[in-house]
Amino acid sequence: MRIALMADIHANRRALEACLDHARARGVDRLVFLGDYVGYGPEPSETLERIMAETAQGALAVGGNHDQAVAEMRESMTPDAETAMAWTRGQLGPGAREFLASLPMRFEDGPRLYVHASPQTYPAWIYVNDGPAAKRALEASRAQTVFCGHTHLAALHGITATGQLVSFQPVPSVPVPLPRHRRWLTVVGAVGQSRDGDPAAAYAVLDTERAEVTHFRVPYDWEAAAMAVLRAGLPPALADRLRTGC
Amino acid sequence: MNQARIETGTTLDGFVIGERIHQGGMASIWAATHPDIEIPLLIKVPVMSEGVDPAAIVGFEMEQMILPRLSGTHVPRYVAQGAFDIQPYLVMERVPGPSMLLLLKELPLPWQSVASLGTRIATALDDLHGQHVVHLDVKPSNLLTRPTGDIVLIDFGLSHHDELPDLMGEEFRLPYGTAPYMAPEQILGYRRDPRSDQFALGVLMYFFLTGVRPFGDPQRMSGLKRRIWRDPVPPRRLRPDCPPWLQEVILRCLEVHPAWRYPTAAHLAVALQHPDQVKLTARSKKLKQDPFTTVLRRRFGDHPFSIPQDKTPARHDRDAPILLVAIDLSPEAAPIAETLRIMVARMLSTLPGARVACLNILKQGRITLDETLDAQGRNIHHQRLVELRNWAIPLDLEEGRISFHVIEATDPSSAILQYANANHVDHLVIGARASSLRRSLLGSVSSQVAAQAPCTVTVARSRRMRTADFGPEAGEESDAPWTVG
Repeated sequence: MRIALMADIHANRRALEACLDHARARGVDRLVFLGDYVGYGPEPSETLERIMAETAQGALAVGGNHDQAVAEMRESMTPDAETAMAWTRGQLGPGAREFLASLPMRFEDGPRLYVHASPQTYPAWIYVNDGPAAKRALEASRAQTVFCGHTHLAALHGITATGQLVSFQPVPSVPVPLPRHRRWLTVVGAVGQSRDGDPAAAYAVLDTERAEVTHFRVPYDWEAAAMAVLRAGLPPALADRLRTGC
Repeated sequence: MNQARIETGTTLDGFVIGERIHQGGMASIWAATHPDIEIPLLIKVPVMSEGVDPAAIVGFEMEQMILPRLSGTHVPRYVAQGAFDIQPYLVMERVPGPSMLLLLKELPLPWQSVASLGTRIATALDDLHGQHVVHLDVKPSNLLTRPTGDIVLIDFGLSHHDELPDLMGEEFRLPYGTAPYMAPEQILGYRRDPRSDQFALGVLMYFFLTGVRPFGDPQRMSGLKRRIWRDPVPPRRLRPDCPPWLQEVILRCLEVHPAWRYPTAAHLAVALQHPDQVKLTARSKKLKQDPFTTVLRRRFGDHPFSIPQDKTPARHDRDAPILLVAIDLSPEAAPIAETLRIMVARMLSTLPGARVACLNILKQGRITLDETLDAQGRNIHHQRLVELRNWAIPLDLEEGRISFHVIEATDPSSAILQYANANHVDHLVIGARASSLRRSLLGSVSSQVAAQAPCTVTVARSRRMRTADFGPEAGEESDAPWTVG
């Protein structure tokens, strides 16, 4: 089975559609969404409609901090994120709000665990952005492989034969074997708001038979997405970010 | 772990186990067959008992990751593998040929044999490096020879793949490798530089030439590190018949700093193939080790040898390509020759590590193959070399970065192609013939070369020629004398 894993879509419908087309063309059997469907981006309703349509057809989805922030007014965010969140709340209808409120925080799929940020639940929304954080995250779970997003930066961490952590920067389109007798944590990168200097959307595909994960970068029309951010009256910095990817 | 019992006659996932070939501390190796596979096979099974060095297991995992991603004649063909959760194993082609370990009985070898072996090993390494892998354990027992003479590299348990996680690098504080052959940077824990394999090959060539290992076989870290400041006894002191050029090549491989070795294994192979083109430096003349004061300065001086800390792959093949320029020296082709030179100069300005081979084909009639003297009795071959050098003067390249070759052949295209294949050429630059009529009558060398070359090809045309070819009078300059360069 081939599973596509997509995180941090952030109301960027164009990036989401580009990734979905890319995944379908590669014969993906299942879609897993790892949270943060809204926030920052200009098309929260359209993006959620697409996510809801996919989940109705069997896709799995867990919730992220931005999804939670729609209902709860407490999450502390950067000023731009806060502005975008206030705007987003006004855009969403009752169906979308209900969908976001119903999302589970984690989903166990056989030997795989899907979460937005980390299996560690306290403190909330930890960033797994280095080796030690990845090690703590793996220690907080029993799943053989953990898939998450939240950092917007693709990475792969594993525990080796002597309990050492190995961290690796995945090369796009190169399959990496994840032997089943070891434990792995894959951060899939962001679909809707890249932060590593490459504006292309990022997602990953797991091939369960071959036990391989492949990270992909998908170009999309980020110029149009940036224009939509400006048209929506959102902070211009959020538009620039889509163009530069950082 | 519950391991299946592997013995001669048992079957594992359809593979029938044959005789045991090797039992080591890390793995056992058996002959194997499969009803659907015609080639002879080997099955490698890691030793999994208590107390076994974890490096053995991690090395086996690395080999399971790397071998399936390799291809070509210089590695054993990958066939199948078994996962660790049931029974780990690796099935591969059984290479029909002896290990270089057998040569150890015959040391020292004639220097000609060492140069030829070195060329073939460097060729295999260049192929491996092109597939993103640094071997990191090049030594006689990991080198097999196919009946064709091609070298096969085996055992990727210590290797580094620059597109895969490096389990070996993260796992162990101590450097893993084989003491006599390890490069200084590898001893300090740096596993990303393909030039580490050049160092190991340098050790091997030195050993095969002199019968003595240049840095001995140290058993402790302090002994391993000695090679960072202590240079080896020059090979010519031990083997007075070793030509200076070969000492130059071997000592360059054994340089402490990777940057002082050849940029790529391809450059090394080319040097070994063309002794007359090797630039001789002080290395070639050395007959004694460096004086003690120099050694002390290296050991305790202000600039200790250190390794890079960055995590980017240390690849050099992209900025150090081998360019082959096929040059027509006939007077009609002068404008093209100039276009070619301008083009090459531009390429060189962005590729500081590039090496240029200038090639001219001395066309031979099919009957009189041996006529190398012209009417005035001059040696045409020599004259062509002089002209090639003259062509290259404006490029202003130092010796060692440029070489000149005149090859006598009846068929220019196949001679150029053969040269490109044998000399690891990355980019071939050639001019189109001066007129479309001659092209249609004689066939186009450049188009045949472009169609069949093993590398990138750039075909140069002069501006005047383009107009002549595609304008209304195309093909009407038939009174021009026909020459073939």
